[in-house]
Amino acid sequence: MTATDSYVTPDGRTIGGVMMEMKNITLRFGGVVAIKDISFDIREGEIRAIIGPNGAGKSSMLNVINGFYHPQEGEVWFRGEKRPSMKPYQIAAQGIARTFQNIALFHGMTTVENVMTGRQLMMKKNFLWQMLRVGPAMAEEVVHRRRCEEIIDFLEIQHIRKEPVGNLPYGLQKRVELARALAMEPKLLLLDEPMAGMNVEEKEDMSRFILDVNDQYGTTIALIEHDMSVVMDLADRVVVLDYGKMLADGTPDEVQKNQAVIDAYLGVEH
Amino acid sequence: MTTGQSPVGDLVTIPRLLARNASKFGDKPAYREKEFGIWQSWTWAQVSDEINALALGLLELGLNEGDHVAIIGKNRPYFYWAMVAIQSCGAVPVPLYPDAVADEMAFVLDHCSARFVIVEDQEQVDKCLDVNDQLPGMEEILYLDARGLRKYDHTHLHDYREIQKRGLAGTKKAELDARLAKQDINTTCVMLYTSGTTGRPKGVVLSNQNIIMSGKAAAEFDGLHADDSVLAYLPMAWVGDFIFTVGEGYWTGFCVACPESPETMQHDLREIGPSYFFAPPRYFEGVLTSVMIRMEDASPRKRKMFKKYMDFAKEVGPKILDGKPVSFGERLKYAMGNLLVYGPLKNTLGLSRVRVGYTAGEAIGPEIFDFYRSLGINLKQLYGQTEASVFVTVQPDGEVRADTVGVPAPGVELRIADNGEVFYKSPGAFVEYYKNPESTAETKDAEGWVATGDAGFIEEDTGHLRIIDRAKDVGKMSDGQMFAPKYVENKLKFFPNILEAVVFGNGKDRCVAFLNIDLTAVGNWAERNNIAYSSYQELAGHPQVLDTLQEHVETVNASVAEDPMLSGCQIHRFCVLHKQLDADDGELTRTQKVRRRIIEEKFADLIAGLYDGSEHISTETEVMYEDGRKGSISATLEMRDAKVFATAADKVAAQ
Repeated sequence: MTATDSYVTPDGRTIGGVMMEMKNITLRFGGVVAIKDISFDIREGEIRAIIGPNGAGKSSMLNVINGFYHPQEGEVWFRGEKRPSMKPYQIAAQGIARTFQNIALFHGMTTVENVMTGRQLMMKKNFLWQMLRVGPAMAEEVVHRRRCEEIIDFLEIQHIRKEPVGNLPYGLQKRVELARALAMEPKLLLLDEPMAGMNVEEKEDMSRFILDVNDQYGTTIALIEHDMSVVMDLADRVVVLDYGKMLADGTPDEVQKNQAVIDAYLGVEH
Repeated sequence: MTTGQSPVGDLVTIPRLLARNASKFGDKPAYREKEFGIWQSWTWAQVSDEINALALGLLELGLNEGDHVAIIGKNRPYFYWAMVAIQSCGAVPVPLYPDAVADEMAFVLDHCSARFVIVEDQEQVDKCLDVNDQLPGMEEILYLDARGLRKYDHTHLHDYREIQKRGLAGTKKAELDARLAKQDINTTCVMLYTSGTTGRPKGVVLSNQNIIMSGKAAAEFDGLHADDSVLAYLPMAWVGDFIFTVGEGYWTGFCVACPESPETMQHDLREIGPSYFFAPPRYFEGVLTSVMIRMEDASPRKRKMFKKYMDFAKEVGPKILDGKPVSFGERLKYAMGNLLVYGPLKNTLGLSRVRVGYTAGEAIGPEIFDFYRSLGINLKQLYGQTEASVFVTVQPDGEVRADTVGVPAPGVELRIADNGEVFYKSPGAFVEYYKNPESTAETKDAEGWVATGDAGFIEEDTGHLRIIDRAKDVGKMSDGQMFAPKYVENKLKFFPNILEAVVFGNGKDRCVAFLNIDLTAVGNWAERNNIAYSSYQELAGHPQVLDTLQEHVETVNASVAEDPMLSGCQIHRFCVLHKQLDADDGELTRTQKVRRRIIEEKFADLIAGLYDGSEHISTETEVMYEDGRKGSISATLEMRDAKVFATAADKVAAQ
């Protein structure tokens, strides 16, 4: 199959052509090489996983995708165009949203307020109007609030709508963060360890939500995850990194059989 | 049965009541549901349109008269409409418990040979598809929430709203009218499965006569009218929910509100402020516990004010409710208390506007009952069952007590058999158990007397019924004394620390008990006393917790000893179980009632230990997780002795 072919997965989802392509990315921090000459692509509608041991460069890769880091070498292509060096908020406006490994919510604000911040880039009225909260500003807010409420309903967090997120258990905070990212109506959703620190039941819930987001909104998802069973169940294709280098790229089955991957994960006899 | 001249006039079926409501109360809200953070509402006229559209759609799909249609979901207006749409087609709605596991569901779906199933979401669709191969009769599934279902094969899977559209575009109007015209007061209205504390669930067939007459009688008894409102949050498969929302709701035309999700129920209750409210004792206990815990965290001044006014309310509140004479000064002080404490508290609990509140199903602790009544909430008890379309006895205003269940409801006759079992005859008495003539014959005799299975007696001076226990659970100790486990269990459960208790001793010389601690109450106590614990099991086995529970057991023994009839039921030894009794493990019914025999078998080693005098017993128990997987927990339990008291009769003999 070529990069532009679309195909249908065994479970009936249509995967489109390439949405984002990383070409020979190298990222250095001073003398430390975090990512070395890595290339892979993300296709429309797919769930793409990036895995690897600690320090493999997974989070750095995500930070390159959403424009927080600028690689010294290599090119990022998004929707058929080479992406110039951009600020993260400009990239967010292009339709790329993310969640964070160590939850970055506004702790004093309620769930619904946090989710509403995800709509900030879409609100057209200026700061003064929003402060007055009358007329057109109010009308705008009502429209966006409705969207947020749909997402709150989708993720089943109605019962914590008015709860300050600082009071919430970890698993729910993760869900609120996902809600905020969804509020941006992203084309590409980046999830940095969405299941970290969760128990089995919470992981199952989160997996269900990730699949539903992909199915319902057609959102392309790139995720980093440690839990191998989760990755193997969720992802269409997997990139394996180790010490900033690419070990493998393919379907979960292919990756699992790859000797280099097995060595990296289970260790090699010396 | 009466035909022709009925006391309800032409309003002999629920669909006819719908037509009446649509023309009489067309613009009044009939249903509300909170969705996307806002209360959405539908008038009776809109509800009528929705129901008609769905009924037409079901006819397009080929629903036959007499078919059973299962409904599986949480309380949502769409399901209440579906029930009436199914009735309009001449079919029978069968609401099921949405939290039932696939096997339980399969049994019921198979037993009523449901051809159509209307479900809420992917979770329920998956359950139905899981058991599909065991159910050749199941043909079509309708769902409400399309999320996650896009990729499913839609040959026999339909969107609820699509079916409504198909109905409106179709040509079945004449057929629907013909089917509606055919129905009369004896047409089956609904079939509800009883949870069954023993054996498989039984399908209770209730006719329009049962439902409408019961709804009418209850509505008139409490003076309900079209401006009342209720919150529908109890399982739709439970007869109470059906009578309150459909029976009484359609008869009076009041508004039924559905919560946003089960977790937001408390919040939604506060926003809706219903005027008619039902909750099981468990609910009232839980709310009271959380109020008391929160008061302990309040500032000393507030705590003092709360205590002062609540003590006062306990004396005066019930008197005011019952219309007994109260001095002007006391009224003034009560009004002050209302301003400072009772009013704000009722508002927080969502009970400000409750004119009539009921509790039933289990005994309620006198302290709990008095707490709500002293706040000025007209909380009453009723006694009923599915087979009676709920109402057997009800407490009239002004005659409310914690230890009785009231006088016979309008139209109900009572009879107490020689063995103490309560029998009744009423317009609400069920038609039959579906496909189960033996059980029907065992329960209902040719004259229409229905056995309740409960033992009780009628108080001579007041005419109120008092229930002692399940008739089959009442036994004899080896020395011939009466054994009534529930009587003792209820006394134990009135302590906030004890969530559940199971007493054994039938045919033995003394009684022993299993206890479950209430994690909220005991956990809070542990936090205050700096007792660290990592699990339910650890807290349940903590020596200080056991000391406290031992005190509770001994208090109960002292009170049981005072009753000459039941003094043999004092608890000699007890242990605190290492797991919470759970419906998923089959230890409780879905309505949270104890399944005595199953517990007895499952924990036989512990019972043996309680009787043979061992101090510790190690045991391992299989548990079922929410997703259906099994695991096991092992623990070593401490068995405790409790002090027993001489009975009143013994004391006399000793003198």
